[in-house]
Amino acid sequence: MPGQKFGPAWFPGLIAIGLIVCGGVLAAQTFRERVPLFEAPEWIRSPRALAGVASVIAGLIFYVLAADVLGFYVTAFLIQVMWMRLLGASWRVTLPVALIATVVIHLSFYKLLRIPLPWGMFERFAF
Amino acid sequence: MTAAVLSQALGQVFDPYVLWVILGSAMFGLFVGAVPGLTATMATALLVPVTFFMPPVPAIASIVTATAMAIFAGDIPSCFLRMPGTPASAAYTDEAYAMTKKGQGELALGSGLVFSVIGGLFGTAVLIAAAPALAEVALKFSSFEYFWLVILGLSSAVFLAIGNPLKGVVSLLLGLLVSAVGLDNPAGYPRFTFGNAELAGGLTLIPIMIGMFAVSEILRGVAGIDKPWEMAQAQIGNVFRGQWRLVKKYPLQTLRGSILGTAIGALPGAGADIAAWMSYAMSKKFSKEPEKFGSGHVEGIIEAGASNNSALAGAWIPALVFGIPGDSITAIVIGVLYIKGLNPGPTIFMNNAVALYAIFIVFILANLLMIPLGVAAIKGAKQMLRAPRELLLPIILLFCIVGSFAINNSAFGVVLMLAFGIVGYVMEENGFPVAPAILGMVLGAMLEENFISSMIKADGRLLAFFERPIAGSLGALTLIVLSVPVIKRLIAQRNVTSA
Repeated sequence: MPGQKFGPAWFPGLIAIGLIVCGGVLAAQTFRERVPLFEAPEWIRSPRALAGVASVIAGLIFYVLAADVLGFYVTAFLIQVMWMRLLGASWRVTLPVALIATVVIHLSFYKLLRIPLPWGMFERFAF
Repeated sequence: MTAAVLSQALGQVFDPYVLWVILGSAMFGLFVGAVPGLTATMATALLVPVTFFMPPVPAIASIVTATAMAIFAGDIPSCFLRMPGTPASAAYTDEAYAMTKKGQGELALGSGLVFSVIGGLFGTAVLIAAAPALAEVALKFSSFEYFWLVILGLSSAVFLAIGNPLKGVVSLLLGLLVSAVGLDNPAGYPRFTFGNAELAGGLTLIPIMIGMFAVSEILRGVAGIDKPWEMAQAQIGNVFRGQWRLVKKYPLQTLRGSILGTAIGALPGAGADIAAWMSYAMSKKFSKEPEKFGSGHVEGIIEAGASNNSALAGAWIPALVFGIPGDSITAIVIGVLYIKGLNPGPTIFMNNAVALYAIFIVFILANLLMIPLGVAAIKGAKQMLRAPRELLLPIILLFCIVGSFAINNSAFGVVLMLAFGIVGYVMEENGFPVAPAILGMVLGAMLEENFISSMIKADGRLLAFFERPIAGSLGALTLIVLSVPVIKRLIAQRNVTSA
């Protein structure tokens, strides 16, 4: 910025220089050690673990996109059911536990701690 | 400290509401600590949204209690499952498990408890004594001293971390870069905002920390869900049997562990986990019977068990006096302190003396409470460790969502949490420590502000950073710390060529 000797670009600039230097040295080290550039982690081969990891990410994205429309209750219940089922819980355990967890977390945060969790399309049923 | 302040502080702690909070947090901490994959830092990150709605003293009390309990409880699954409950117990997990296999599980669990309490009380005593004294000195600090202090903290975070220091530097720089986002810089100029209003306010740290410490752990837990937990059988009777004999047999080890733990805790960036590794190594080095280490020998558990709990209190010293966190738990705590109006810094002892002494009292209380609750946790360990992970992980994840939403009441928090959860997981899997990144995020603003204002004061003359006496010594110390790895490498190379 004009008129300022040490402006807002200084600090990020120094960080950038540091990252370039360290990145360069690390890349050189890796290249010299001749290790493979990419190694698949062990859990990729387990269908249960792979489904679990993918569902954690997908579930969180789904929550961000859907919570304002479907409301907290429906969204949270759906992702709980998905996670528990994919991690191997039976339907008989999943349904009640997911329901209780959703209700308890909602009540404690919405009522006790007054966090405005979204109701979405169920606004008129809000309590 | 006057009697009036002390009695007010006592009154604030021994209030029924605060005592209930302490009891609840203690049980939460014991559970989180005892279940492998749930850590003390994660407990802190998850407690933050809950503490939002509490007055300052119970808010801080809940974090102090939960973390102290969690670090002790981390020893429990080491004995039963050969898995550390928190990273702070990893150093002696094999040792503790070997003791259980030899039929000494009771002794191992008991010494985990007893020496955790001793270490915790030692660290607390140092905290109470050292913090006010340091604050006196810190009152004289200008931007030059703070600049060096932050640099010293950041460099010790990088070089104390286990593994490649270069990866630590990268982690640190990424953290600093995150702190540069938004309007909150000395020039008040929007950086890296891309015209987005959420980014203009800077990245909120709590969702990031929930991501890096909780979501990444959940990802790891989910990825390892196929590995079954096998419980070792152990008869647990009176866990205090034989402990008095150990206290008398290993006083030096206990003291050494507590001192090293407090010191490592007080150094920024390194916390209970690194303290335990260093103390275990030191115990083996100075032991009269080092050959017994690894085969189920209690000596290392005593020293490292005292060390990790004392580190917890030690980490609060720089956090309270300078606003520089001593470990990743206090990195989160500093944010809470600001929210509660207990701004850390040397003036905290003048402006908030009552609250501060209340925190000290909570530290003592939490460590004493560990004795009865710890026994209960050991007795109930088998039930806790049988908690089904396929139900537990989803529930914690829902808790994370609500927690990161609650900070700004915005879904952007959940986005941040997910993004940094994945980043944290990938970093740890590839040997990049997460703690320096967190430290960089917390200290970035402070570093930049003190650096830029020092540069303006000195008109760009770098020598000015060494002209004030304390700043000069701190600067020299930093340069020494920074040159240690280089010198080490040179010595190693010379040995290779001469050999």
